[in-house]
Amino acid sequence: MSRNGPLALLFHALFVVFMLAPILVTCVVAFTPEGYLSFPTSGLSLRWFRAIGRYPEFITAFWTSIWLGALSSTIALGLSVPAALAIARHRFAGREAVATLLMSPLMIPHVVLGIAFLRFFTQIGLGHSFLGLVVAHIVIVLPFALRLTLASAVGMNRQIEQAAVSLGASDWVVFRRVTLPVILPGLVSGWALAFIQSFDEVTMTVFLAAPGTETLPVRMFLYIQDNIDPLVTSVSAVVIALTTVALIVLDRAFGLDRLLVGGGREDR
Amino acid sequence: MTAETSPGTASGERPGRAPYLLVLPALLLFVGVVLVPIAMTVLLSFHEWDPYRGIETVLVLDNWHEVWSDGYFHEMFLRTFRIAVLVTALCALLGAPEAYIVSRMRDPWRGIFVLVVLGPLLISVVARTLGWALLFGGHSGVINRALIDLGLITDPLPFMFTETGVVIALAHVLMPFMVLSVWAALQRLDPQVENAAASLGAGQFAIIRRIVLPQIIPGILSGSIIVFALAASAFATPSIIGGRRLKVASTLAYDEFLNTLDWPLGAAVATLLLVALVAIIVGCNRLVERRFAEVFR
Repeated sequence: MSRNGPLALLFHALFVVFMLAPILVTCVVAFTPEGYLSFPTSGLSLRWFRAIGRYPEFITAFWTSIWLGALSSTIALGLSVPAALAIARHRFAGREAVATLLMSPLMIPHVVLGIAFLRFFTQIGLGHSFLGLVVAHIVIVLPFALRLTLASAVGMNRQIEQAAVSLGASDWVVFRRVTLPVILPGLVSGWALAFIQSFDEVTMTVFLAAPGTETLPVRMFLYIQDNIDPLVTSVSAVVIALTTVALIVLDRAFGLDRLLVGGGREDR
Repeated sequence: MTAETSPGTASGERPGRAPYLLVLPALLLFVGVVLVPIAMTVLLSFHEWDPYRGIETVLVLDNWHEVWSDGYFHEMFLRTFRIAVLVTALCALLGAPEAYIVSRMRDPWRGIFVLVVLGPLLISVVARTLGWALLFGGHSGVINRALIDLGLITDPLPFMFTETGVVIALAHVLMPFMVLSVWAALQRLDPQVENAAASLGAGQFAIIRRIVLPQIIPGILSGSIIVFALAASAFATPSIIGGRRLKVASTLAYDEFLNTLDWPLGAAVATLLLVALVAIIVGCNRLVERRFAEVFR
């Protein structure tokens, strides 16, 4: 295979600058010693990182996001595993329709889901509750968990299950001792992707969150709507740093491109 | 555990209730919490709203008539789709070549730049948009200062609160989806075909135009569908960069719901956005699949 020419490498360099510039500028501005936004900064200071501690609403929102992400991705994964096994292994009437419905949150604009959930939860008395948020997040992260679970269930060698059965293992033992360990990498990557999606979600959540149940992106979004100051850039820098660590770990463990493509596209 | 509730048994192929029981929990949740609320939202768009009495559960076409006849809504929907088209074009023009360039790299560069190009996908949209707000930011914005210092412009260009700014920031936010889609298509490419063309005397340009491009066009098209759909329904980026004056469909629906409190009108805007997008996505998917059926096989 021939190498990239100088023109291609120049294009590549500009592209990388384009992708990284807004992320890096946020991180640099976060270290400003000034009381206002300045770039390039006149020095480095942790002043605005320490300031985060004085704004408990960001800390509370962070923990809300963590709990919401952990709960919703765990439940979504719990629902995905049996559904993925059924879709991967059985040809039943309505199989296509079920798969389409479970993947539909990828196609429905999140603003529409936000409105629909707001209306629905208000009607049934769950408006602005944490429970409502969890249910809403289960719905939007389930396609991500399902896609990776499905990919590993489809790719699994079924003969080792048959071997276990022929040796007298019960259905439950086969599932727990054979199937589950084999599809576990798919489940872990599915959970991680689902968690990140939940942690990031702002469009739908902004409709459902109330003071007390605001997630971190929602708090940041509402804060930016009022004004942009170094405090919100330092919060963003922390989020960017945490996500980057998670990214590198995921890339090492699963390969980022394989994780995101999901072991082949199922949307056909 | 009984046979019905234990997933993944080797006897699983037997027809019967097993698959239904396995999908039942997820199915019930989605029927109850996706289909029902969306049906309620569509119904809500036919209700009436009064500043003093709130939502009145009657069936009228007032909201739809307003959205249909008021020039304000035409302009807003036109702007939404104009932004989405421009973002899609920008992502295709920049993302497809970049995916090809990275795919031709050797390790470790290849692995590093896959991370650099796809990684932003998982970084908070609010944080990335904030970065653009800092780069654009009024007169002191980094981009304008750099352009003035380079002598390219004399007066700062307006980026904040303009469509240009929203398009650039959205292209950045959605670019990884395009790269990912083209990347997936490139993975199916057989490098031997390129080598064969080169050995037969084809130049680099001819190889790209005659060998590579025809094979990754399905990837570009499916990436375009994803980017278009996400750009047309984007919320956080147009809201932060576009501000209160430059409304798109989703920010307008948000305003109607949380500021004006005219829920039925907001529901009509949201329903229209949903219907338009689903029609466009399904239509494009059909078209792409029919046109490129042989490539997908």
